[in-house]
Amino acid sequence: MKVSLSWLKEYVPIEMEVQRLADALTMVGLEVSSISDRYDYMDSVFVGKLNQIDHHPNTNKLKICHVDIGHRMVSTVCGAPNLEKDMLAPVALSGTTFPDGLLLENTVVRGITSEGMICSEKELGLGTDQSGVLVLNPQLPVGEKLGKALALSDIVFDIDLTPNRSDCLCILGIAREIAAIQKTKLAYPVIHLPETENHISKFTSVEIEAPDHCPRYAARLLYDVSVAPSPFWLQDRLISVGLRPINNIVDVTNFVLMETGQPLHAFDLDRLAENRIVVRLAKKGEIFTALDQKDRILSSDTLMICDGEKAVAIGGVMGGLNSEIETNTTRVLIESAYFSPLSIRRTSKKLNLATEASYRFERGVDPEGTIKALDRAAQLMIQISDGKLIGGIVDEYPTTIPKKRIVLNTKQTNRLLGTNLNRDKMNNFLRSIEFSVETVDEDNLAVVPPDFRVDIKRPEDAMEEIARLAGYNNIPTTFPLMPTDGRQQNRHLYLRNRIKRLMIGFGFSEVINYSFDDRESCAYLGFGPKDPRRNLVDILNPLTEEQSAMRASLIPGLLRTVQGNISQQVKNLKLFEVGKIFTSVGRESLPNEKEIVAILWTGTRSGPAWHSKETPCDFFDIKGVIEGLFKGLNFKDTVFTHMPDNDCDYTRPGETAQFLNNNELIGMVGMVAPSVLQNFGVNQTVYIAEINLDSLFPLLPETKQSTPIPKYPAVYRDFTIIIDKEVASGKILTCVEDAREKLVESTFLFDVFEGNPIPEDKKSISFRITYRSTSRTLADEEVNQIHQKISGRLLKSFDATLPV
Amino acid sequence: MGKPIEQIKNEALKALDAASDVEGIKALSSHYLGRKGLVTHFLRNISALPLEKRSAVGKKANEIKKELDKAFQAALIQLQTRVYPAGGRIDVSLPGRTATPGSLHPITQINEEICDIFTGLGFDIAEGPEVETDFYNFEALNIPKDHPARDMQDTFYVSDNIVLRTHTSPVQIRTMENQPPPVRVIVPGKVFRRDSDLTHTPMFHQVEGLLVDENVSFGDLKGTLTTFVHQMFDDRTSLRFRPSFFPFTEPSAEVDILCVMCRGKGCRVCSQTGWLEVLGSGMVHPALFEQVEYDPDRYTGFAFGMGVERIAMLKYGIDDIRKFFENDFRFLAQF
Repeated sequence: MKVSLSWLKEYVPIEMEVQRLADALTMVGLEVSSISDRYDYMDSVFVGKLNQIDHHPNTNKLKICHVDIGHRMVSTVCGAPNLEKDMLAPVALSGTTFPDGLLLENTVVRGITSEGMICSEKELGLGTDQSGVLVLNPQLPVGEKLGKALALSDIVFDIDLTPNRSDCLCILGIAREIAAIQKTKLAYPVIHLPETENHISKFTSVEIEAPDHCPRYAARLLYDVSVAPSPFWLQDRLISVGLRPINNIVDVTNFVLMETGQPLHAFDLDRLAENRIVVRLAKKGEIFTALDQKDRILSSDTLMICDGEKAVAIGGVMGGLNSEIETNTTRVLIESAYFSPLSIRRTSKKLNLATEASYRFERGVDPEGTIKALDRAAQLMIQISDGKLIGGIVDEYPTTIPKKRIVLNTKQTNRLLGTNLNRDKMNNFLRSIEFSVETVDEDNLAVVPPDFRVDIKRPEDAMEEIARLAGYNNIPTTFPLMPTDGRQQNRHLYLRNRIKRLMIGFGFSEVINYSFDDRESCAYLGFGPKDPRRNLVDILNPLTEEQSAMRASLIPGLLRTVQGNISQQVKNLKLFEVGKIFTSVGRESLPNEKEIVAILWTGTRSGPAWHSKETPCDFFDIKGVIEGLFKGLNFKDTVFTHMPDNDCDYTRPGETAQFLNNNELIGMVGMVAPSVLQNFGVNQTVYIAEINLDSLFPLLPETKQSTPIPKYPAVYRDFTIIIDKEVASGKILTCVEDAREKLVESTFLFDVFEGNPIPEDKKSISFRITYRSTSRTLADEEVNQIHQKISGRLLKSFDATLPV
Repeated sequence: MGKPIEQIKNEALKALDAASDVEGIKALSSHYLGRKGLVTHFLRNISALPLEKRSAVGKKANEIKKELDKAFQAALIQLQTRVYPAGGRIDVSLPGRTATPGSLHPITQINEEICDIFTGLGFDIAEGPEVETDFYNFEALNIPKDHPARDMQDTFYVSDNIVLRTHTSPVQIRTMENQPPPVRVIVPGKVFRRDSDLTHTPMFHQVEGLLVDENVSFGDLKGTLTTFVHQMFDDRTSLRFRPSFFPFTEPSAEVDILCVMCRGKGCRVCSQTGWLEVLGSGMVHPALFEQVEYDPDRYTGFAFGMGVERIAMLKYGIDDIRKFFENDFRFLAQF
């Protein structure tokens, strides 16, 4: 909302300095987001002296003026009839933006370059005269900026209003707040209407068929109106707040709208069939052409203003082309109504049509301001259009909107605000913004907010008014009582944070991708057509195709991150992300949200460095990260097995593992399939792992429990056997553990070998068993015995042989 | 019997003093303590002494043997300590073999910083779903359908009644529904708004706070947020509270902090105002208490919310919010 200080001063004296006033408004809740001067554009308009006037060589109609603008001379082509040598006139230079939005540039006029322009009063927005250039007082200093020379200045505040303050969507509303800040009085415009004998009821009538949508509709009638451009002062006011002048009748309705916040509409009475107004809902499918010349199809809950036959306006939103004021209009019906905020908002949304009027109606206008605004408009139209008022008023207001009465308890108010204000102080604050307040008893005030404050409904609303007028910053700062008892640790957060900490320790960097994804990502990842992950959570109104659904996997985001970084020549990446994936379980239900840890490694494991060659990362690098992660989390007994080939959709079969704990699948790890890499534009090998965070909770130990450190020395025995190549090495170790020999403390695989002299379909596996007793030092004899037993078991179970 | 043992000792120590390299010391050690060394020889010949002398001389000789042995060892270690390794000096300027640590995303870091401050003040952490019902995201927060307040946040819709949450505030309702007062939680999380430019991304992070108890006042809200700002920035960072509007708080306040870049002089970052808007806050609207069946006469509360990216941008001097989600490694590695 833009307001100019000169307009505000019509209603309230302003003595505060501009910046202080802006700060004060901000601090009562009307945030001044920018301060400008209406005449800033005059910074490039100068007082010029026409030193020499030549004829244009190519036309009789134009002159070439050589103008002294102080710091230099400019040559300007001009066709004005009142040019005289040595006169002073305003010269706008190229780059000037005029109030009507026109940007001035140097041009070539019939072969002669014109630098800037000698301006008329109208072009400068200083009046309506456009018959010739503006002749300046010869006393003015040549070369001075025009704004300064004429002492033109009008500060404009741009105020960001919150949706509750519809009362401030007008100049009077803001003037009222300034009056409260300054503790001065607001001067409302004085309205005198001439009495006439005729009565409006003889000429027109209003019938409300939809009172829920239109609780009040008032009208006045003028005749003998002459439609013409508005006088300068009126045009100037409208321009100052960014509105475009149209004609005196329409301009008055807009002026009153800006002044009082009440939207008005002017109809040509003679274009209304049967000269009457009917307020009703549209028929479904009805087509209407509004003032913007667009046809709209209406629905059955759209409120329409109609005449005896047809619709003439979309109520509270926009007038119709068929009843607008034209130059030959002589009888004007002024509408001033109170429409239901809900109804107008629905219509405005449905038609995708927002206007100054709809904006105010949907936020709630003053239901009691209807008549005042109507009278104000009538007064101004009589003044500037020679119109004559027909006596009386139509005011259809079937059910009076009740006033709100709030009982405000002063103790509760002080308790909520943390203040110590007495009853009188509260009373004074409320009265300063036109609340009517009565004392009920010691602790209670009966408060009736003014009608324009549609946002004040509860005691808390009144408390906010007191707080903001007292000044939030004057409320004492205190601290809430907080408990000192211990609070339970949030295990979910603990797990997530611990994982993140471990991952950065392993050299991985965290990324955060959008929770949205491209719908196509499922296909890119190779999900089958019946894969449940294809049940995407679609977004009805996405910004782009790439963000059209909630992600079903973290992998696409990570692969795009890789692609983006490779294109910036960063090719060695160790990344991870912790975030949610989404699966739809039906449009009308909340989707499944699952938290996933995704890990990615591409490029080198190490090097190139002075101590080692460059080595690419491989499957066991990323598997090692997962093992390290689980070790760091104190998880035990995670088993890695081959992912069945058919389950590998975006990783390569044969190089993909799933891992389980207690037979529950908790994640997978593998090499991203080349076809998938190609889909994401990545041209180097990438390993990924995914862990379902939710499935890790049961594995998280409730508490950490220490066990005694062994007192007696361990005995180590190394062991090599030859087994079928296809046998998973992990099974050998599991077999040893499954033997449940008490003295076996741990096993450790240290070598795998294939090739000569091992037969082709075989491999040799070497591992170390650690034996230890908790109660004594083991004798070789004893260990040999158990070791024999274990090796026998292995040889038998795996049809294995010992090396020769 | 040859030289007395004391003399052997003195000669040995004198020779050791003169020895300047490992080889020399080793030769001396062998000369005195070796199998054919002088001290060994002396000890062997003790049996030739008269019986009454043997014990005293033997004891003395053994002590001297130990003393010399210790002296030779000490001299050897001393010498080796001062010698370059084989192959000469290593090049200490070569880079070490240690792996580089990764980094937490700057948003995670700021998020943790915020959460740590509030948990230190006695708040618990709660979380909620990213996809929400219209009820929790709007209706229960006193934002009915067709209310102009809905224009304050441009919403992504999944269906008429399912939205991507536009703020973390739904977790206020979810938390209050699940527990009786008092409530002290903060809620970090991702939120979504249909907006994309230099200062807006369609997804960003918020931290929400809620405190409900008996006798909680606006003054308490001011105190809590002042403490937070002083810890998050520094205690020279002054705050101002100004009236605003949120449908779920009344009174509502925007919290501005003194511009951390220019300290209030006015700069590009604060649009020349000297202030930065960093928090929205207010006293919990009684409509919310009615919604979750808390007694509004008995309990009052405050709520606040802030954008994590905004704070990260201020703290780290980042000028384009989109950088957080481009995941350029050269950006991430800076944190």
